[in-house]
Amino acid sequence: MAAVIEVKDLTKNYGEITAVNHIDFKVWKKEIFGFLGPNAAGKTTTIRILTGVIIPDSGIATIMDYNILTEPLKAKQIISVVPEMANAYIDLTAWQNVMLIGELYGVPNKERKEKAKHLLKEFNLYQRRNQLARGFSKGMKQKLIVCMALLTEPRVLFLDEPTSGLDVESARLIRDTIRRHNRNGTTIFLSTHNMEEANQLCDRIAIINHGKIAAIDSPENLRMKSSGLKSVEVSFSKHVSVNELSDIPDVTQAKKIGDKIRLYTEKSHSVINSLLDYARSKNLSIISLNTLAPTLEDVFVKLIREDRGD
Amino acid sequence: MVEYVFLEQLKRAFVIARKDLRIYYKRGPVLIFGLIMPFFLFLAFFIGRNMPMERLFTGLLSMTIFFSAMSIGPAIVPFEARSKTLERLVSTPVSVWALMIGDVIGSFIYGLLISMVPLMIGLVLGVNIIHWLTLGLGMILAAFCFASFGILLSAYPPTDIPSTVMMVSNLVKFPLVFISGVFIPIWEIHDWGRIIASVSPLTYFTDLVNYCTQGTSYYSVYVDFAALIGFTSLFLIVAIRLHERTLPERLA
Repeated sequence: MAAVIEVKDLTKNYGEITAVNHIDFKVWKKEIFGFLGPNAAGKTTTIRILTGVIIPDSGIATIMDYNILTEPLKAKQIISVVPEMANAYIDLTAWQNVMLIGELYGVPNKERKEKAKHLLKEFNLYQRRNQLARGFSKGMKQKLIVCMALLTEPRVLFLDEPTSGLDVESARLIRDTIRRHNRNGTTIFLSTHNMEEANQLCDRIAIINHGKIAAIDSPENLRMKSSGLKSVEVSFSKHVSVNELSDIPDVTQAKKIGDKIRLYTEKSHSVINSLLDYARSKNLSIISLNTLAPTLEDVFVKLIREDRGD
Repeated sequence: MVEYVFLEQLKRAFVIARKDLRIYYKRGPVLIFGLIMPFFLFLAFFIGRNMPMERLFTGLLSMTIFFSAMSIGPAIVPFEARSKTLERLVSTPVSVWALMIGDVIGSFIYGLLISMVPLMIGLVLGVNIIHWLTLGLGMILAAFCFASFGILLSAYPPTDIPSTVMMVSNLVKFPLVFISGVFIPIWEIHDWGRIIASVSPLTYFTDLVNYCTQGTSYYSVYVDFAALIGFTSLFLIVAIRLHERTLPERLA
C-alpha cells in the first residue's frame, strides 16, 4: 500500500519543552487517519509541520514523496488545511476569501468560480457570499474555511478540530463532507478531541501524548486490546450506593453515571451473577442491565493514564 | 520549468498584492502614517515660510510618496500573524519571496496612487514640470524602493503586534525625512550633513524631483537612479532573507 504521508523521527522543541518527540507513522492512500490526544499533546504542532508552517528540529515528513522541507511548494500544492482557528480574512467577503485561495493554488478562473459557487451553496453560504467574513458566526467562518480548503480538490486534507464548538447540524455537514471527499479519493488527516467523531470517521487512529505516539490502530482493534475496560451497567428500582457495588468480586472500578452504575470488570458474567444475587438479597428490582465493550474514550483515557504512570 | 515556477509564483505575488490593497488601505495605522502624518508635517514646516512653489512641491511629493509607500508594508506581516491568516498563507503553495514581493507590490501601488494627489495639487498650483519622463520613472522607482524598505522594517523583530513594528518603522522614517533634503535642499546642507544624507534613499528621490521641477540637482540624474535601484535591490534581498529566517519564529 502507498503511504501518502510518511513521518520519520520527527521532533520539535519549543525551548525546553518537547512538543513532538521522535514520532513515526504512515498514512495510507484514501485513508481517514485520526490524530487524538489531550491538550498540548503535540497534535497541532504535528499538523503545522506537515503543512509546512513550522520547521521541525529533526526528522523527515513527506507528502506523496515530496519532502515538506526541501520541496515545500510541490507538497503544498497537493494539500489543503482546515486549521484549528478559523482564519479567513475578516475584511474580505466569503466569495473573495474563496477566490483568493483558488488563485493562490492556481485554479483556473472558470473552474474556480464554478467550484466556489457549488461549495458555498453546499455549505449554505452562497446567499451571504458578498458579506464580509467579519460578520459571520463561528460556525459560518468554519464552514467558509472548509469551502476554502476544498476548492482546490486536495489529494490530502488536514483538518485540525474541524467541528470543535459547532452546532450539531454544522458538525454533521462537515463530517458528511469529509466522508464524501474521502470516498472520492482524498486522504484525510483528522485531529480531533471528539472520540465519537473519530470512531465514526477514522480507518485508523494515532493517540499522541506528551509528543509521543502512544498507540496506532483501527478504532476496533484499540478497543479489543483494552479488554480490561469492559463494563456492566446497571440501574435499580431504588437508590444503591456505589461503594456497596464496588465490593463485588471481580469489579475493578465502580462509577455512578446518571441514574446508572457502571462496574468495570474483566469477568462480566461473574459480575452479572453477583448483581442478581445482590438484588435478590436486598429485595430490589433491576430496571436495566447492559454489558458494554470499552469505548474509544475509555481506551484513550487508559492510554493517557498509563503514559502518565497513574 | 524553473521559468514556469517563477512566473507562476510572480502571478501569485500579484494575488497577494490585490488582497493587501483590499484589506489594508483603510487601516488606522496606514491612514495615520501614510496620509495624515506627511500632510501635517508639510503644514508644520512649509506654511508661512517664503518659499518658491517648486520647493514646496518637492517637499510634499517626496514626503507623501515616502510615507504612503511605507505605510502598508510594515503593518501587513504582524497584522496577519496576529489574525492567523499568515499561517493560512504560509500553508499555500506560495514561496516566502512571492509573499514578500506581493506585499511590496501592494505597498508600491498604494504609494504611487496616493502620490498622484500632491502631483495634481502641484499642477493646479502652477508647478512647472520640466522633465516629465524622469519624474514618472523616478516616482515609480522611489515608490518601489520605499515599499521594499517598509517590508524590510517588518522583518525584525518577529512580532505579531503591529504597533511595535509601526513604532520601529517611525523611528527610522522620521530621521530620514529630516536628513534627506526634503526641508533644506541638499546643496545647502553642510558637508557632514551631505554624507549622512547619502545613506538615505529619500535623498536621491528628492534630488530627482528638484531636477524635474527646478532644473538643478546635487547628484547627476544617473546617480539618483542608480542609487534608487541599488537601495531597492538591497532592501528586497535583505527583506526576503530576513523574513525567510524570522517567519518560523513568528509562527511558532
